[in-house]
Order: sequence, then C-alpha cells, then structure tokens
Amino acid sequence: MSTLAHVFEAAGIATVALGSIRKQIESTAPPRGLWCDFPLGRPLGKPGDPEFQHRVLAAAFALLDSPEPIVTEFGESITDDGNEVLACPLPPRHDPDAHPAIDEARGLRAAYERGVELSNGRIGAGRVVAADDIPTAIEAFIRIADGTSWKQAGIPGLPMRVSQDIRGYYETAALALVDHAPAAWAGARWFLDETETGKVLIAARAEMERQEAPQPMWFYLTPGDR
Amino acid sequence: MVGRASDTLTHMADSDIKALTEDLPAPNFDTTAFTTPKPLSESTVAIVTTASLHHPDQDDFAPMDTSYRVLDGSRRDYVIGHWSPNFDDVGFAYDMNTVFPIDRLDELAAQGVIGRVNDQHMAYAGNQFDLATIKMDTGPEGANWLREQGVDIALFTPV
Repeated sequence: MSTLAHVFEAAGIATVALGSIRKQIESTAPPRGLWCDFPLGRPLGKPGDPEFQHRVLAAAFALLDSPEPIVTEFGESITDDGNEVLACPLPPRHDPDAHPAIDEARGLRAAYERGVELSNGRIGAGRVVAADDIPTAIEAFIRIADGTSWKQAGIPGLPMRVSQDIRGYYETAALALVDHAPAAWAGARWFLDETETGKVLIAARAEMERQEAPQPMWFYLTPGDR
Repeated sequence: MVGRASDTLTHMADSDIKALTEDLPAPNFDTTAFTTPKPLSESTVAIVTTASLHHPDQDDFAPMDTSYRVLDGSRRDYVIGHWSPNFDDVGFAYDMNTVFPIDRLDELAAQGVIGRVNDQHMAYAGNQFDLATIKMDTGPEGANWLREQGVDIALFTPV
C-alpha cells in the first residue's frame, strides 16, 4: 500500500515501494515506486530464485539515486496463463465411511507437518482454525453444501477466514509433495479443481448465495473470479 | 467487487484477479514527501510489508485492521494474515523471500551493498479503507518507531 510510503517518507525515512498493480501504484504515486508486472502475492517475482529477486531489489534500490520522486517499471514481466495446475498426488481413500473431503484432509496431515517443517515454521492454517481442527471446519461446509443453513452449520469463524485456513492447509501440504516452485495460482487451481475439499467449498459458496447470505460471506470463500 | 457464485471468467488467471482490483479508488496526494537518503552502503534498511504478515504467536490481523506488527528478522515462522483470497500464497509458502526478502537483504549487507539490515521489521494490512487512521495515527506511529530504531530506508512490499 503506497499510502504508507508517503507517510513514512514524511517522517524522514527514505522509502522504496514495490507494486504489482500498475494503476494502483501510478495513481498513489509513492515517492519511489517500482511497478513489477508479477502475479499478485509474488512482489519479488520468483520463489526460490535468489538471482531474480536480487535483480528486483537492485532495480528498487537504484531509485534511491533519483533526485526527485519517481515511479517506474521493472524490465521483466511474469505472466500467468491461467492454466498451470500443481501436479500433486492426493492420498488414497483410507476411511470409506468418512466423507471424501474429510478423509482427504486427514490423509494430508503428515504432509502438512512436513510442509511447515520445510519452511522453518511458516504455517498455512492457524489464523482461526488450527491444523487439528481443519476436518471439523470442512464438515461445516459439507453441511452447507447439503442444504443446512449457513448460519447453523457451525462455521468456526468468519467464512472467508476459515476458507483461507483450509486452502492454506492444503497448499502447505502440497509443498511437501512436490519438488519445485509452483507457478503462480497453480496451488489454488489444484485445491479448487482437483481436491474433494475444493469441490465442497465451491458447492457451499453456491449454496450460500442461494440462501441469500450476505455477499461478502460467500463471495470471498474462493478467489473473486470463481 | 461484486459477483455471483456462478460467475466464471477465464480460469483464475492473474490478469482477471487484477482486473477486479485495479480500479478500486486509490488515494491521491497533493504533494509527495521526499527524504534524501544517505548512501545505501551506509544506511540501515528495514522491510515494511503490507501483507499482514505476523509471527504465529502474535495477534492475527482483524478485518480492516489499521495496526501493525513488529517482525523479528531472525525468525522464519510466519503466517500471512491478508484478508483476501485474491492472491497466490504458495509463492510465499515455498520461499518467504517472495514477499519478505529478508535473506536477500542479509546477503546484500554481507556484500556491503547495504550498510545494515535492521533487526526488526514491520507489517501492516494492505487492503485498507480507513486511510485516515493509517495517515494520521498508526502510519506516523510506525514510522517514528522505525526512526527510533535508526532505520534510514524502508523497503515496502505488498502481497
């Protein structure tokens, strides 16, 4: 948010702001801004590529040489074709009596723990739903998808935040099951299109709209173009 | 940002997501503050991210939270608290430097490009609507705190 760059600069700190959305950084016009045409969520561009990240930082810090405010663009773009999906194996059915989404989430638990360990403690769940409680949270959305009122389904928090924890749980688990840096959005596409829980969330979202839940309650369960 | 659950654009391409957000109103500043920095090689640098980043044992960011969290540059345990599904979070999960380039700054300091990397950094929530509080209260408070730390240059990263 380039607004803060204005505020910090006024307090006597020289600032350099990276921005991913051209119109936003150009209109807010921070004292020194570098528009980087990278996917949202990746302001340094390429995970696992220190050389690329250093090129971004070199371009950003070079703005400190400007004698006046400047907003410019980084010379390399990263475009997302909208198609790449993470190639991640899903666990085989373990408990035939459990809902497929619950069985799947339980089956990914060991991978989730490995994912957290691999990233030195960065967690994908835990904002409002701890990893232990992810299956219980999924159960609430299963009930909604089956027609239970969203108010009575037992969602353990604001629906959007709960769905973020569920998606984060799956994506963190996936990182332990693949051996490369995923392309932008490949993890989200895998979660929503290929996992049982993703299908549950999409169905619950449609059902909440049908039940005339307030729009923010269902709309933000998945990325905005779903 | 409005829509229906049945809406389908293309297949969740990044450009579609950006199109949903790029026309949101942005604040305009009549004047642009400008601080002439010391040479980078003599400066102390800190990261200020608007990714709502925090350590797992810190309070989560509430919706439209205007406060900030102090991040310990020696720690690697984080969670992104950004209130939106509209960003790729796997890049950060795979490599935190994708959003919070602390390892890269440490490398630049070791090379002498940067004078020093501050021990502590900051995180705000980026998707704000209450800009008055950010401009008049928590923004200046955070900036002054960073100045007291001896920071000369702040690198701002979004999500």
